[in-house]
Amino acid sequence: MSRHSRAALELLGPVGLLVAVGLIGSATSVSTRQDFLGALIAATTVIALYVFVGNSGVISFGHMSFVALGAFAAGVMTIPALVKPSVLPELWPFLADNEIGSLASLVLAAALGALYALVVGVPLMRLSGLAAGIATFAVLEITHNVLRFWEKIGPGAKTLSLVPTTTGIGTATGGAVIAAVVAFAYQRSRRGRLLRASREDGAAAQAVGVRIHRERLLAFVISGSLAGLAGGLLVHQLGSITTEQVYLELTFLTLAMLVVGGVGSLWGATVGAVLVSFLDTVLADAEDGLGLGPLELTLPDGASLVILGLLMTLILLVRPSGITGGREFGLPSRRHPTAPGRPS
Amino acid sequence: MNVLQWVIDGIALGAVYALVAVGLALVFGVMRLINFAHGELITAGAYTLALTAAWPRAASVAACVVVAVALALATERVAFRRLRGATVTTALVTTFAVSFALQATWLMAFGPEGRTADVLTTLNRAAVRGEINLRWVTIVELVVGAALVAGVALLLNRTSIGLQMRAAAADPRAARLLGVRADRVIAFAFLLAGLLAAVVAILLTVQTPLVTPRFGLQITILALVGVVVGGIDRLPSATAGGFAIGFATAVLGNALPADDRVFLPSFTFLLVIVVLLVRPAGLFAPLRAPVVERV
Repeated sequence: MSRHSRAALELLGPVGLLVAVGLIGSATSVSTRQDFLGALIAATTVIALYVFVGNSGVISFGHMSFVALGAFAAGVMTIPALVKPSVLPELWPFLADNEIGSLASLVLAAALGALYALVVGVPLMRLSGLAAGIATFAVLEITHNVLRFWEKIGPGAKTLSLVPTTTGIGTATGGAVIAAVVAFAYQRSRRGRLLRASREDGAAAQAVGVRIHRERLLAFVISGSLAGLAGGLLVHQLGSITTEQVYLELTFLTLAMLVVGGVGSLWGATVGAVLVSFLDTVLADAEDGLGLGPLELTLPDGASLVILGLLMTLILLVRPSGITGGREFGLPSRRHPTAPGRPS
Repeated sequence: MNVLQWVIDGIALGAVYALVAVGLALVFGVMRLINFAHGELITAGAYTLALTAAWPRAASVAACVVVAVALALATERVAFRRLRGATVTTALVTTFAVSFALQATWLMAFGPEGRTADVLTTLNRAAVRGEINLRWVTIVELVVGAALVAGVALLLNRTSIGLQMRAAAADPRAARLLGVRADRVIAFAFLLAGLLAAVVAILLTVQTPLVTPRFGLQITILALVGVVVGGIDRLPSATAGGFAIGFATAVLGNALPADDRVFLPSFTFLLVIVVLLVRPAGLFAPLRAPVVERV
C-alpha cells in the first residue's frame, strides 16, 4: 500500500466512525438521539485533548477550562437580548446588549478557546511532566472559580438556561469530523512531526533544532480551539449548563476516554470516546431495565457508574496502552506494525 | 482576628494536609504511582465512623483504621500491582477509574445526602478562649500530625523495612537485585497510606461530621497539588509541600476580605502556577535537583 493511501485510510477510520455514529443517530427517536449527540460531542472533546496530550506526551488536566469558556461564551451570547437582563441581571452591558447566532457563537467559542490557550500556554508550556499536569490543573481551578463567582460575565453559581438548542445531529457530526480532520492534518504536518519527535526524545529533538516550547504551544492552541468548539456544541445541545458540568468529573471522564482508547493515536481518541460514551448510556439504560432477547436485565440504581468505573479499570489493566494500542486505523497486514504513534 | 490566630489555624490545617501528603508520597516513592484513589481511603474511613457511631468510641476508631487499611491493601492487590511498568499517565488514569468506581459505590450504598459521623465531636470544645481561640481539635491535629510525620521518618530511617522502602524509591532495579522484595515493600507503603488516611478521616470528621461520597476528594486533590509543588521525589519536600498548601489555604482564607473570599481558590492556584514556573522540580527540592520528566 502506498504512503498516501495508507494516510487516507488512517483518516478514514476515525471520520468513518464519527459519520456512522451520526447516521445511526439521525435514524433514531428524538430521545435516543441525545445519546448519539453526547457521544459525538465527547469525541470532539477527546480529540481536542488528544491533539495536545497525544502529540506532546505532556499531560493536561486543564482542557476543561477551554470547554467551559467555549460553552459559557457561546451560551451567554446566544440567549436572546430581550430576556438576558431578567436571567442574567449582573451582566456587563456589552455582553447583555449583544446577541449572535448559533453558528457565529461556535466560531467565537473556538476563537476564545485558542486565545485562552495561547495566553495560558506561553508561560506554562515551559513545564513538563507532573509540574505541567498540576499547573494545567491550577488553570482549571482558577477558570472554574472565576466562572462560578463572577456574575458580570455569566450566570455564576446559577444555571445558564434559555440557550437555543441548535446542536442537531448534523452539527454535532460536522463538529466532530472537523476536529478529526484538523487533528489529522496537524499530526501529519511538519510542525506536528517535530512535536512528536520531542515526545519520543526531548533531548535528541532539541539537539537537532526542535524548539519544544514553540511546538507545544502551537499544539496547545489548536487543542484549545477545538476544546472551545466542543464547549459551544455542548451548550447548544443541553440548552442549560452549570459550571459543575464542565469541571472535575468531565475532566476525569475525558482523560479516561482518551487513555482507554489509546493516547498515542487519533483513532484511539475517537474509539475511546465513542465506546465509553455508549457504555455509559447502555449501563444507565440498564438501570431502568434492558431487554436482551429473552433476558431482562435490570441494574440497581447507581450501579451503572460503579460498573463503568470497574470496566475502565479492567481495560486499562489488561491493555495499558489502550484498546487501539496507540496505533492509527489501518488494515491488519501493514509493514510497520509499530509505526508512528506508539508512546514509549 | 489577629495574625497569631491565623498562624495557629494555618498550622493545624497544614498538619492534616501533611498527613495526606505523606500517604501520597510514600506510595509514589516505592512505585512511581500517583494514587488518586487515596481520597477514597479517607472517605471509607469516614463512612465507617458514621456507620459505627453507636459503638464504643475506641471500637469505632479501630474499625475506621481497619477498613481504610484493608481497602488500601485490596486496591493495591487487585488493581495497582498490575500497573508496575505502565506509563505514569496510564497509571494515574487507572487510579482515577478506581476512585470513580469507589465514589459511585459510596453513592449507591449510602446515597448523595450524606451520613453523620459524630464520634469525636467533643473535641470541638474550646480549650483556650479570649484573645486567641483554640479548640481541642486544633491541638490534637498539631500533636497527631507532628507525631505521625516523625513516626514515619523514624520508621524509614531506623528500621529494615524503612531502609528497603528508601532503597526501592531511590533505585527499584538495584534494590531488587539486592534482594528487596518489591511486593512486600509496596504492600507496606499502602498499609501506611491506609493508616494515615484513617487518621485524616478521624480528624476531618471532627470538624465536618457530614460524610458525603466526595468527602475525601477535595483534600486529596489539594494535597496532591501541594506534594508536586513541594517536590514529589523526596518525602520531606513532599510533606512540606502538603503542609504549605494547607497553611496557605487557611491563612489566605483568613486574610482575604470577605467579599473576595469566594475567589480564594483562584489566589491559591495562581500561587501554585507561579511556584511551579520558578521551581518546576519543587519548592523544597534541593537547589541543584535535576528536573526529571516522568509523565
